Amino acid sequence: MMAKKSNQRPFHKEFSAEQQLEAFRRMCVIRRFEETAEDSYMRGLTHGTMHLSIGQEASAVGATMGLRKTDYITSTHRGHGHCIGKGADPKLMLAEFFGKEEGYCRGRGGSMHIADIESGNLGANGIVAGGIPIAVGAALAIKKQKRDDVALCFFGDGATNEGAFHESLNMAAIWRLPVIFVCENNKYGMSVSTERSMAVANVADRASAYNMPGVMVDGNRIEDVSEAVSEATARARRGDGPTLIECKTYRTRGHSRSDRNRYRTKEEIEDWKLRDPITLFEAELLAHGIATQAEIAGIHASVATEMVAGLEFAQNGTDPSPEFLTRDVYTPGAAP
Amino acid sequence: MSRELSFAQAIQEALATAMEADERVFIMGEDIGVYGGAFQVTGDLVHRFGEDRVMDTPISELGAAGVAVGAALAGSRPILEFQFSDFATLAMEQIVNQAAKLRFMLGGKVSVPLVMRLPCGSGTGAAAQHSQSLEAWLAHVPGLKVVQPSTPHDAKGLLLAAIDDPDPVMIFEHKLLYKIKGDVPEEAYRVPIGKAAIRREGRDVTIVATAIMVHRALEAAEVLAGEGIEVEVIDLRSLRPLDKETIIASVMKTSRLACVYEGVKTLGIGAEISAMIAESEAFDFLDAPILRLGGAEVPIPYNPVLEKAAVPQMENIVEQVRNLARGKI
Ligand SMILES: Cc1ncc(C[n+]2csc(CCOP(=O)(O)OP(=O)(O)O)c2C)c(N)n1
Ligand SMILES: [Mg+2]
Repeated sequence: MMAKKSNQRPFHKEFSAEQQLEAFRRMCVIRRFEETAEDSYMRGLTHGTMHLSIGQEASAVGATMGLRKTDYITSTHRGHGHCIGKGADPKLMLAEFFGKEEGYCRGRGGSMHIADIESGNLGANGIVAGGIPIAVGAALAIKKQKRDDVALCFFGDGATNEGAFHESLNMAAIWRLPVIFVCENNKYGMSVSTERSMAVANVADRASAYNMPGVMVDGNRIEDVSEAVSEATARARRGDGPTLIECKTYRTRGHSRSDRNRYRTKEEIEDWKLRDPITLFEAELLAHGIATQAEIAGIHASVATEMVAGLEFAQNGTDPSPEFLTRDVYTPGAAP
Repeated sequence: MSRELSFAQAIQEALATAMEADERVFIMGEDIGVYGGAFQVTGDLVHRFGEDRVMDTPISELGAAGVAVGAALAGSRPILEFQFSDFATLAMEQIVNQAAKLRFMLGGKVSVPLVMRLPCGSGTGAAAQHSQSLEAWLAHVPGLKVVQPSTPHDAKGLLLAAIDDPDPVMIFEHKLLYKIKGDVPEEAYRVPIGKAAIRREGRDVTIVATAIMVHRALEAAEVLAGEGIEVEVIDLRSLRPLDKETIIASVMKTSRLACVYEGVKTLGIGAEISAMIAESEAFDFLDAPILRLGGAEVPIPYNPVLEKAAVPQMENIVEQVRNLARGKI
């Protein structure tokens, strides 16, 4: 089944033409980043595994484009897009992907643990649902410090079957914390479909159990995602508590490198490719006169150049020395 | 009759054998159905046995562990697969507080015939949350049995023994072993839980190793043999119960002991074996301090250079055991 049909509404008025173009650029950066990561992996330049978010760029950028630097996000194993959305430098992300000292985590974390603390990204996560309670904790600290920032957490549909998800929503609700729970429902938690793993039809339906708004949007339309998140953010900043937003979307690549796509059909994948979030947004920008064909082409070209340079930077990075193997397990200066 | 199978195939064969022989046996886990399992261990079993016996669970480790405990209590024989042993940390409550203790707490009135399969270890670039060696954690808990096969033969035999066992058995499967090949008999044989295996005999040093370290120790032993140092390599196989007799007898013969394991060195398997030897009649036979070669005191790093440096490699074993044999420790 396809996600809710686009209602062709223009962008939320809160976002200027300039912001929309920047959002478009970031979506293109995510796509190129993922393609570059995939290609590097295929060529044997990197090890481990990776989870690509190709097809999910609208939710990553739509959810983060209205956030401040002092707002937090927590992310997932499929977190490259969230990180770029929140403002990370793809060059430093690629360096991390290559395990280099120049990378965001000095090569210690890799693809599944990229974080950019400066831009408010508390990190991707190797544990499904691991970041959800952490976002609630960040929101608790925000509230204690009387700030009007928010914490937004990304997670997949599969993560909503973990106890941590349910415990987190409940705590955020009872303490009225400024959290925005953003579920990227791409229909599968690896290979198991939501129909086979959830007793309710929509993740948004689960909000009612925790007495918070549950909003369902077309996750491939950045306009819809950003509007829902803007409303939830305003509500959170006002002190009115958390919201659960479900973005219906799709990953067009496999779950990870080991995926043989045995659980879904080619037709389903092709159908979703027809609703590519970048193509959809591009059409809207043109239709509303926000950008010209030439400007769009310019963005694509500059992003491609940026990624070539980023890859070179990453490949030429420094391997950490085994001499410092156990550095950063503890904070220096603290009692041993 | 025996033929060559991979470690993963040997496990799959044991699963199929057990399900064919006993209709109470079923397996559950994340993506073990059409996907075939994160490491392709269950493969096409779902097509042979159906979704009722090869059950995909939601991503709910704590719940699934509890469901398995409940099913075991009520007459089923569940085998629960986690994609990575690291996720046992999410299910500790049911494993440690329930599965391990129910029989005792209820005065021996019940048993919990639960088997858990837990892929462990580093070396695949999966980083800190997908590479741990937590077997010593679980081996610390009375009520659990903990095994760690190192060959396809033992992977099948220990799994079948675990399924027969009336008590909860945790099987740690090192991810780097899934593709190794070895002879596996076709019939349904058992490898007894609680028995170590001597993989190579030698008179100079005893190495007690687990999982992938057995292979590295055997390679190291080959190198050292070229230098005139004869190493005896014991594959521990069971962490709980521990085969004290085999280790004690070997140390009384060689008078030197090295423990080689991937888990963090401190407070781990090596500490237990060293202390056990220190408490035993083998203590008087020791000619040198006991050597522990374990994982560094650090989460497993992503960078491949650091990842290798974080756990014992063949070269480290050669160097340190050589020093041990030559009285330099
Ligand atoms: C606690 C835990 N269980 C299982 C896994 C293995 N795993 C990694 S991603 C994944 C699927 C997650 O599905 P979902 O939350 O829908 O996110 P998606 O991959 O679709 O983006 C699984 C099972 C894990 N990393 N952590
Ligand atoms: Mg999903």
